[in-house]
Amino acid sequence: MKAKPRMAPQKGFNFDYLMWLFTRLSALAMYLIAIVGVTAALLMSARQNMSVADLMRWAFMPNPNHVANTSVADIEVWKGIFWNVMGILMLFFAGAHGLHGLLNVLEDYISRTWVRNLLRGLVFLVWVLMSAIGVYVILL
Amino acid sequence: MGLKKNVGLVEGLRYQGKGPMLTYVLHRIGGLGIVTFVGLHMIASFLSNQAWGTGVGLFINTIYESWIFQIFIFFCALFHAINGLRIVILDLWPKLIEYQREAIWIEWCVFLPIYGIALFVIIRSGLGG
Repeated sequence: MKAKPRMAPQKGFNFDYLMWLFTRLSALAMYLIAIVGVTAALLMSARQNMSVADLMRWAFMPNPNHVANTSVADIEVWKGIFWNVMGILMLFFAGAHGLHGLLNVLEDYISRTWVRNLLRGLVFLVWVLMSAIGVYVILL
Repeated sequence: MGLKKNVGLVEGLRYQGKGPMLTYVLHRIGGLGIVTFVGLHMIASFLSNQAWGTGVGLFINTIYESWIFQIFIFFCALFHAINGLRIVILDLWPKLIEYQREAIWIEWCVFLPIYGIALFVIIRSGLGG
């Protein structure tokens, strides 16, 4: 049985192009959020109070629950709407970027259209579910 | 290296893609590693906040808190981030694609020292020093 190769992405303004662009721009956005988190942690005396692992925490998900057990004296400053929004933005960018990447890898090994559509639906469901769990954990 | 794309696994492995191919493979492995870790991590922190799931959540925590797992996941995250930055820059300024191989050399020059220091820190604290 000879399988058909994967359909080549079409030129023009379509979903695949938008996701291609989103992958690049969300990478930049995640860099930006990480830089804001690390800068803020350094301003809050991270040099005296933190290990590298703790600094990673502030970089990747700077919400108050995630960093509660790092030893910063005034954790209260981090409890506010601003850091919740930063956390949710990070979750949105990372989740969409990561799951679309997973889909990209999977589709390289799949040629049947119906399996591909099924997978797209499944990954979308996983994304919605994980985003809900993530927002719940962030706002807890 | 697709399953049914006229290229077998052995042939695929024998493909001499050199530097760019290596970064492509590592980028994929890194991305999948991050998706696995972040997914596990979110499920674990969700579960450990539920009365019925605390045990499972804490068990998953012990997996990714082990220093051997950290060596792997830090490789994934750091390589994916640095290689991703290269891809973003080259894709958004397509004229630079001419210098792709030089960009990959720069990338390794950035990656290796940072990862080396991180390995040193992780292994030292892993061995209890």
